[in-house]
Amino acid sequence: MKRSILFIPGNNPSMIQDSYIFEADGIIYDLEDAVAYSEKDSARIIVKSFIESGLIEDKEVIVRINDIDSEFYLDDINVIVSNYVDTIMLPMATEWSVRKLATKLDEIEEKKKIAKRIKIIPIIESGKSVLEVEKIVRHQRVSGVLLGAEDLSFDLGIIRTKEGAEIEYVRSKIVIAAKAYKKDAIDTPFTDVTDDEGLIKDTKRAKLLGMNAKACIHPRQARTINKVFSPSSFDIDFAKKVLKGYEEAQKVGLGVFSLEGKMIDKPIVERAQSVIMRAKYFKLENE
Amino acid sequence: MENNLKRKIPQGFKAFQNSNYYQTIKAKKVPEVLASNKIKEVSNIKEIVEKLQLKDGMTFSFHHHLRNGDHVLNNVLAEVFKKPLKNITIAASSLFPVHEPLVKYIKNGQVTKLYTNYLNGPVAETVMNGDLKELLVMQTHGGRPRAIEAGEIVIDVAFIAASCVDKLGNASGKYGKNAFGSIGYAIADAKYAKKVVLVTDNLVEEHPFDYDIDGKYVDYIALMDEIGIQQEIVSGTTQITRDPVGLKIAKDAAKVLDKLKLIKDGFSMQTGAGGVSLAVANEISMIMEERTITGSFVSGGITGYFVNMLKNQLVEKLYDVQCFDLWAVYSAENNANHHLISASKYANPFHEDPVVNKLDFAILGATEIDLDFNVNVTTDSYGNIIGGSGGHADVANGCGVTVIVTQLVKTRIPIIKERVKTITTPGEDVDILVTERGIAINPKRVDLIEKLKETSIVIKTIEQLRDEAHRLTGIPREIPHSDEIIGVVEYRDGTVIDSLYKPLRMKK
Repeated sequence: MKRSILFIPGNNPSMIQDSYIFEADGIIYDLEDAVAYSEKDSARIIVKSFIESGLIEDKEVIVRINDIDSEFYLDDINVIVSNYVDTIMLPMATEWSVRKLATKLDEIEEKKKIAKRIKIIPIIESGKSVLEVEKIVRHQRVSGVLLGAEDLSFDLGIIRTKEGAEIEYVRSKIVIAAKAYKKDAIDTPFTDVTDDEGLIKDTKRAKLLGMNAKACIHPRQARTINKVFSPSSFDIDFAKKVLKGYEEAQKVGLGVFSLEGKMIDKPIVERAQSVIMRAKYFKLENE
Repeated sequence: MENNLKRKIPQGFKAFQNSNYYQTIKAKKVPEVLASNKIKEVSNIKEIVEKLQLKDGMTFSFHHHLRNGDHVLNNVLAEVFKKPLKNITIAASSLFPVHEPLVKYIKNGQVTKLYTNYLNGPVAETVMNGDLKELLVMQTHGGRPRAIEAGEIVIDVAFIAASCVDKLGNASGKYGKNAFGSIGYAIADAKYAKKVVLVTDNLVEEHPFDYDIDGKYVDYIALMDEIGIQQEIVSGTTQITRDPVGLKIAKDAAKVLDKLKLIKDGFSMQTGAGGVSLAVANEISMIMEERTITGSFVSGGITGYFVNMLKNQLVEKLYDVQCFDLWAVYSAENNANHHLISASKYANPFHEDPVVNKLDFAILGATEIDLDFNVNVTTDSYGNIIGGSGGHADVANGCGVTVIVTQLVKTRIPIIKERVKTITTPGEDVDILVTERGIAINPKRVDLIEKLKETSIVIKTIEQLRDEAHRLTGIPREIPHSDEIIGVVEYRDGTVIDSLYKPLRMKK
């Protein structure tokens, strides 16, 4: 479960050093687009040594490797995968590349005696990945999918806009596929880091369509994104009332009861349970 | 001799006892000095200097409201030192890089002693080189008027820049083409100096509205073309930081204050003008807006951010001792709830009702903090003079809760030390440290620790924070200084809290 995941360039030690103090639920150490060809080796070493330092607590550690057809893929995966990594983010994902990566992870996990099962977040950023998204999310290792709207727009030959009408269909398709298999639907980053209002609007739109998280490219964005994807204090208070009412109704054998003039039935109780679960998970109850 | 904080202090100075020691001593106050002439003599600086009968060993004072745009100190000293004067003391409330011409008078022995509350740039460099014959005395914004009122600093001539002066010698910083707002640091100088010279580029028949310096204290009016450059009064950091680390610190600081239930109707606060401090103010404002809270006042150096808080009725009043930008200058002239106060009213420990004593909390910075929570804002880790207390020690002592906001690691240097290089503010007056990697509470504030126990705030010890910084940076080697004392840091009560040493490695 997550609301925000933050990209950190793998070749920037000062940003890496501060990466874990921000509010994002997960950190994506990027070995791909943020890193120049000449710095791929050093970035890999910097990221590895930092994530193995043990400084990161309570955050999902994600590493975006180079795509499976690149000359860096094998080095990335062989060096980076360890007990300290939770998730590998796979660019230009297709059903085939996800399967190939999963097989490679099986092999490395066994070889390095890694206790946990490393997850995969494929990036849906080509026409082919959009077509295959239902198959991609089905894979056991896939915990969620990320929409990569910039590369996707290029692939489709369309122009990216702040309003995002051009990605409306893909957002919806990803949401349906991800939610069908109870995986995270993670929205594409909002690239204008100076436009706070635009970020709020874009995140709210993604939430409306069913996305439950969003990637960010600047630490300041994480707070806004978390706020949009978190239950509000009003939601939490209402959910508590619903669950209390439900408990009392259960005692007297009622399946449906009334709260503040509204009828409360099973779907509302389940939503309340979900709100409380998310509030607890994101430590929002005492905020 | 050592003071109570185990800091060596030179002979002839009083040793710091503790931060409330002043409450056990009786305040001394010398009589105010009134001018004999109701009609003031008006001329240029050169001619006024001729009339002043200046002598060796005199003390001249200046204020710093024009900050790095000040033309007055340099122009006055250029005229003054056309005379073969020696052993002159300069008591300037702060000195900035613009005051570089002072260096040559220090080097040639005409200026042999300096009192100031804040010092950086070439004058700091020359003091660190050991060029000043006597010891530099770094005071606080409240300690300076206390020393003047007590007769510890006897000012022979106060040269006071004023942006508006009438023919009766009434003066302010609020009006005129080079208005700078508050003139608070010069009020004590005007009242207690043997001679008072107003220096202005705007002489009017009658003051337009109100004034802050009464003509009854004023002897002469000196005219010059421009007292300074108004735009240069803007302090370097009057905008909310956009640095994500700074914003994280700010959010956590506001959260702590909120959990301590300090953000409530009628509360009062002060923050520095730095980007992180203003970001804390911004976080607090958001909480206030959300819960419709109105504060009573904000004090200290005022920026446009606080002007907006006043305009938006988030606070009822501003108590302004120094305008940090032109928004503040404009507001000082136009908003009746923007009150200009003297440095004595602001922070003099012997004032009957200083504003700092009414503060619920304050957000302050640090260049270093040590395991005893002592704070340094005077020198860097090499011992180079880079600033000074200003109101830091006054506010920390007067307010209810002192919060230090700082990055745990700055340019690869951990901010928490075993012992700070220089103590500006004693740890007994520092309550909470907020860094990007955690929050520490002074163990002496058991009340705060208890209040936060039931909240979601995670408290670390200052030692844990130090260790976390060392994991990132390693343990830095202690940078030694020479044994040569070049100055002293006075606490607000006039006792010496620490000495300043000639650095072994000069910052280039």
